[in-house]
Amino acid sequence: MPTRSVKSPSVDSEVTTMTTPEKAPSRTVRPTAGLGSAATSVSAPGEPVMDLSDVSVFYGDFEAVRGVSLPIRHNQITAMIGPSGCGKSTVLRSLNRMNDLVAGARVSGSITYHGQDIYAPNVDPIQVRRHIGMVFQKANPFPKSIYDNVAYGPRLNGVKRRAELDDIVEEALTGAALWDEVKDKMKTSGLALSGGQQQRLCIARAIAVKPEVILMDEPCSALDPIATSKVEELMFRLAEDYTIVIVTHNMQQAARVSHYTAFFTAEVDDAGVRHGRLVEFDDTEKIFTNPAEQRTEDYITGRFG
Amino acid sequence: MEFPLTQLDRAPASDVTTPGRGRTLDRVFGGASYGAGLLVLGVLALILLSTTWEALPAFQHSGFDFIFGQRWAPNNPDLPLFGTLTFLYGTAVSSLLALLIAVPVSIGIALFLTELAPRWLRVPAVTVIDLLAAVPSVVFGLVGILVIAPAALPLYQWIHDLVVNVPVLGSVFGPAVNGNTFATAGVILAVMVIPIITSISREVFDTVPVADKQAAYALGATRWEMIKGAVFPHSFAGLVGAAMLGLGRAMGETIAVTLVIGGSTQIAANLFASGNSMAAVIAQQWGEASGLHTSALIGIGVVLFAMTVLVNYSARVIVRRAEIRMKGATA
Ligand SMILES: Nc1ncnc2c1ncn2[C@@H]1O[C@H](COP(=O)(O)OP(=O)(O)OP(=O)(O)O)[C@@H](O)[C@H]1O
Ligand SMILES: [Mg+2]
Repeated sequence: MPTRSVKSPSVDSEVTTMTTPEKAPSRTVRPTAGLGSAATSVSAPGEPVMDLSDVSVFYGDFEAVRGVSLPIRHNQITAMIGPSGCGKSTVLRSLNRMNDLVAGARVSGSITYHGQDIYAPNVDPIQVRRHIGMVFQKANPFPKSIYDNVAYGPRLNGVKRRAELDDIVEEALTGAALWDEVKDKMKTSGLALSGGQQQRLCIARAIAVKPEVILMDEPCSALDPIATSKVEELMFRLAEDYTIVIVTHNMQQAARVSHYTAFFTAEVDDAGVRHGRLVEFDDTEKIFTNPAEQRTEDYITGRFG
Repeated sequence: MEFPLTQLDRAPASDVTTPGRGRTLDRVFGGASYGAGLLVLGVLALILLSTTWEALPAFQHSGFDFIFGQRWAPNNPDLPLFGTLTFLYGTAVSSLLALLIAVPVSIGIALFLTELAPRWLRVPAVTVIDLLAAVPSVVFGLVGILVIAPAALPLYQWIHDLVVNVPVLGSVFGPAVNGNTFATAGVILAVMVIPIITSISREVFDTVPVADKQAAYALGATRWEMIKGAVFPHSFAGLVGAAMLGLGRAMGETIAVTLVIGGSTQIAANLFASGNSMAAVIAQQWGEASGLHTSALIGIGVVLFAMTVLVNYSARVIVRRAEIRMKGATA
């Protein structure tokens, strides 16, 4: 990890920018040097950008995840692993309020972004998502040209000048290691790319809005090993500029790419209801070589799940 | 390696070539749907041929004037004239106007119902709109002539006074003498096609992948931005289809238009003038027509039929082009 200069932590100003009720229409363009941009990020690598404290997520009456506390550290890759149904995606979606879109979903506890509770009533979820982007399991480019896919986010932010858009698109596609493959077919539909290319296009689309944090939910699960290793390499490089949280079923992947690992599992409580629980959170190396919990060891050695 | 190979070798060649039971069913089903398709084509051809046959005397009598002539004088003693351009014009103007009103309204309603409306409101709202589709068209016509036309007249006059000195608008929104006009016909037709366009648009919007909506939201889109970025690109083809269905319905609508369009034979740029439409002329004159006149009315039907086919075909071309552009040749 490259060390980066630590600016005076003007956390306050950041938070107010995020929460000022600058609702959709009059949204200010977040300049490259603005809030959340990695280039001027206020946190040193390793300092928490986000913090979950006693977070539970409900779908209606069902408590899908109970009592999760962990930090998301700056410019580090945090992996979430665990058996199916233990609530990894649920936790991930709660980090940028994508759960708001699920009817009946609710979060208790606190999730902070630079100290600001992102579920506070005065916080605009749209602003949250502009700072905390997301890449999905199944590549989901819009049925538009490659260019328009990447330009979609910047256009939302009010970028209109063609030259400026061109620069952003090239930068994002380069950042997503896709530029060389597509630079001659910017007008081609994003859906005409291969699966791996589509996923990198989605990553380019996400980084084109210059978020600070990128959430990835099993981004490689639909890719072949070569495409997977490309995306993994990419993640590694992206971690120089972005904070990444990745959900993966692939233990080797977690071990290879992440700095921190959170191991989740599902526990049955006294009432017989299954809840997702965080079992252990630590340095990835520690988790994979010397976990504190027996259950973690069982899982990573394949004796469980 | 050994095992699967020997397995394959042992299977007699006939096993892969003789069709099994499933294959037979497949064939039956394939044949049946093929036959059904042919049947539809056959019926269409039969309709076209028989009507064209009946209309032939009028076509021969008038030649190209049947379509390009403006004079419709079926009872001219020495030389009856069958120029249908005015009716073509009336049909085009009233149904395009209807589309102009109905498409945005329908898309708005459909978006509201799929993306905005609270869940409890959706079912009753859909029911009400579908009910609108069940109202007989003669009822729309009666409401049009009894309620809308008289009520709209002052509005037409007011609009005309407003734009009387503006170059183009002054003639499009020209003087209104009574309420039975192209505009009234357009409005009535719009109300009649809104349920169709709305319900198809709704289904189209419902098929937009959730993944695409999520992608837009995850990039920080507002709801409207999500609709623009994720819903519309996916829906374009379907929406064109919906609009074309509505257009077809509006072009063919007879009784409601007959009642409110005024029934005069003229081509006027003025939306507030009365005119006539192809379907309406047939309905008005069928009873008193005979001989060549009847043949000419059938001819109008043939031309109308051809126009709807043409409209549908061009829509298909538009849709295919757009799909290739948006989804790539592979999709
Ligand atoms: N939209 C939803 N509505 C209701 N319950 C949900 C919803 N999404 C997830 N759940 C429930 O929450 C629990 C956790 O699901 P989640 O998708 O977070 O698990 P996961 O760890 O991501 O699993 P996987 O590894 O299979 O993706 C499950 O019991 C699931 O049924
Ligand atoms: Mg999941």
